[in-house]
Amino acid sequence: MGSSRIKWHIVVFLAPAVLVYSAVMVFPLFNTLRLALYTEVDQSRVFVGLDNFRTLFGDPLWSDAFWNALGNNFWFFFIHMLVQNPIGIVLAAMLSHPRLRFAAFYRSAIFIPTILSFVIVGFAWKLILSPIWGIAPDMLSAIGLKSLYAPWLGKEEYALTTLALVSVWQFIGIPMMLIYAALLSIPEEILEAAEVEGITGLAAFWKIKLPLILPSIGIISILTFVGNFNAFDLIYAAQGALAGPDFSTDILGTFMYRTFFGFQLQLGDPHMGSAIATGMFFIILAGVCMYLFLIQTRIRRYQF
Amino acid sequence: MRKTSLTVILLASSALAGAAQAETVLTIESWRNDDLALWQEKIIPAFEAQNPDIKIKFSPSAPAEYNAALNAKLDAGSAGDLITCRPFDTSLGLYDAGHLADLSDLGGMANFSDVAKSAWQSDDGSATFCVPMASVIHGFIYNKDAFAELGLSVPTTEAEFFEVLGKIKEDGNYIPMAMGTNDQWEAATMGYNNVGPNYWKGEEGRLALIDGSQKLTDEAWVAPYRQLAKWGEYLGDGYEAQTYPDSQNLFTLGRAAVYPAGSWEISGFNNLADFEMGAFKPPVPNAGDDCYISDHTDIAIGMNAASPNAEAARTFLDWVGSEEFATIYANALPGFFSLSNFDVAMEDPLAQEFVSWRGECGSTIRSTYQILSRGTPNLENETWNASVQVIKGEESPEDAGKRLQDGLATWYAPHQ
Repeated sequence: MGSSRIKWHIVVFLAPAVLVYSAVMVFPLFNTLRLALYTEVDQSRVFVGLDNFRTLFGDPLWSDAFWNALGNNFWFFFIHMLVQNPIGIVLAAMLSHPRLRFAAFYRSAIFIPTILSFVIVGFAWKLILSPIWGIAPDMLSAIGLKSLYAPWLGKEEYALTTLALVSVWQFIGIPMMLIYAALLSIPEEILEAAEVEGITGLAAFWKIKLPLILPSIGIISILTFVGNFNAFDLIYAAQGALAGPDFSTDILGTFMYRTFFGFQLQLGDPHMGSAIATGMFFIILAGVCMYLFLIQTRIRRYQF
Repeated sequence: MRKTSLTVILLASSALAGAAQAETVLTIESWRNDDLALWQEKIIPAFEAQNPDIKIKFSPSAPAEYNAALNAKLDAGSAGDLITCRPFDTSLGLYDAGHLADLSDLGGMANFSDVAKSAWQSDDGSATFCVPMASVIHGFIYNKDAFAELGLSVPTTEAEFFEVLGKIKEDGNYIPMAMGTNDQWEAATMGYNNVGPNYWKGEEGRLALIDGSQKLTDEAWVAPYRQLAKWGEYLGDGYEAQTYPDSQNLFTLGRAAVYPAGSWEISGFNNLADFEMGAFKPPVPNAGDDCYISDHTDIAIGMNAASPNAEAARTFLDWVGSEEFATIYANALPGFFSLSNFDVAMEDPLAQEFVSWRGECGSTIRSTYQILSRGTPNLENETWNASVQVIKGEESPEDAGKRLQDGLATWYAPHQ
């Protein structure tokens, strides 16, 4: 009797979260996947199977835009990984230094941009970098490097990298905090034992601390991956839905937005838009699975 | 006791219902957030004075988001009673989807010519679904003080135009022309479609492009790109990252001498600039050529077919077709020219200058708006991109024309 009784309190406590999550996350997700299999003919919805995907990957008009956006997405992610992780580790290492004064102040100051809205960050940086009113050209000319200045956001070759760096600036607080927490959790005894063995300073960092914070870096990487491949707001706020110049900052998010909702004279096509959204979903799913099954299982963990 | 309280409740509820009936509230969807004050202070009070039982609420959204937001609201059934209409296919799509009501039998429609209505009609012309409000005219606004200071006169031909720009650049005190390519649309709208009609001869070329007898690779359609290719060196440092508001500010602060414009800028510029402004029409290729201007049917207003207040909405739309509305609108918003048949008197000198070109030149509308932007790739959006690439010198005028023609030919039968 006792073991087969339904534990009603568990159901009751889980219900709100399950219902809300299903209504606002699970249902829309599957509905989007379903929508990608339809198209509109004469105001009515018709099932077309995988035709939308055939167009998306087979028709050069669509596939060129898709691969361009995907390539830009990878570059966006690559810049994040290249810049954000090393800087995050250095900042965390400096913050955890016992003799650093005002550590709490630096920690907050570096973390604050993370809580700002994308729109504020986009506009603020657009103004900072503006060739007309921006302080970037003035600051460069103050140190005699005016010749290095270029209207970065307007140049095809720099725009995407510039935006990736702005995004890193905004979110550097998160890797810093996670690595900082990981560094703090390393027991003093281990470091002391290493010191007795003659491993100090930089060597202690490379041989003891870095291996112990690797799991944190793994988590940060996968969070960055998901965040970057879902990104849209910053590009939209800074460059608009056409992701100029000449689509050089177009990522999957802006490509999907333009297609789904339409832009200027281009009418929205929810079905092709859903096909792109489905593509994004599977790319992110593949990335996360790769992390979970190939990397996560191989990272060594230490229990203290 | 119980009975009396019930009666009180019934009375109260009927009184409330009565009040609700007496005051129908109509909500207007619009992308003209710049006009909020004008609607609240001038247009709405004028209408409500005559129709005390109808209240109007003007609820605009940002121009770039308007189409997407409106479509989403219409599909969800939460859109306002009155819909501000973009010209041509955007609104036609809404009508075909049953979102806009047919207004052909509205009394006020009689006050508009067929050309004015053409932007908001079904392809066969049988149904008109928006009441035309205004058109905008393209040209160049210039800083009269700067021109006087440098001893320049208004250019009428392309050669004179570049001579003037060259002299301003040589002097160095002013940026010759204020336009950036960051937002892309200015390059196409204030660039290509501003200077272009002189080359493709207005309506003649535009209609020939639609019926397939001219191609975007023809000289008439490539020549405007050739002119744009020469603009780049006169646009000032860092124009690649210069936005639309940047350009407006550069000109109104007196730092630039010429501004490629649409007449909608007039009211904003009047408030900001403290120098005298003049306007000149797009220079013709050779002295003595006929001139053509882009007099673009830009804005109209229609009714949400699902509106529960159809009767009140029609009353309002009928009033939009009246001479009173045309006069208030054209004078409160100099630069938005009435499309009605009434002879509307305007006071603003700059607006008078723009509208005077209607008498001297042939009028046309933007080449990409009717029919040609129906497919994928979208010709209007491609034109933005091509105009920017040509100005920056990253694509030759011929390549740009060929790319647009190839794109158009993939879906538009008359060009296949």
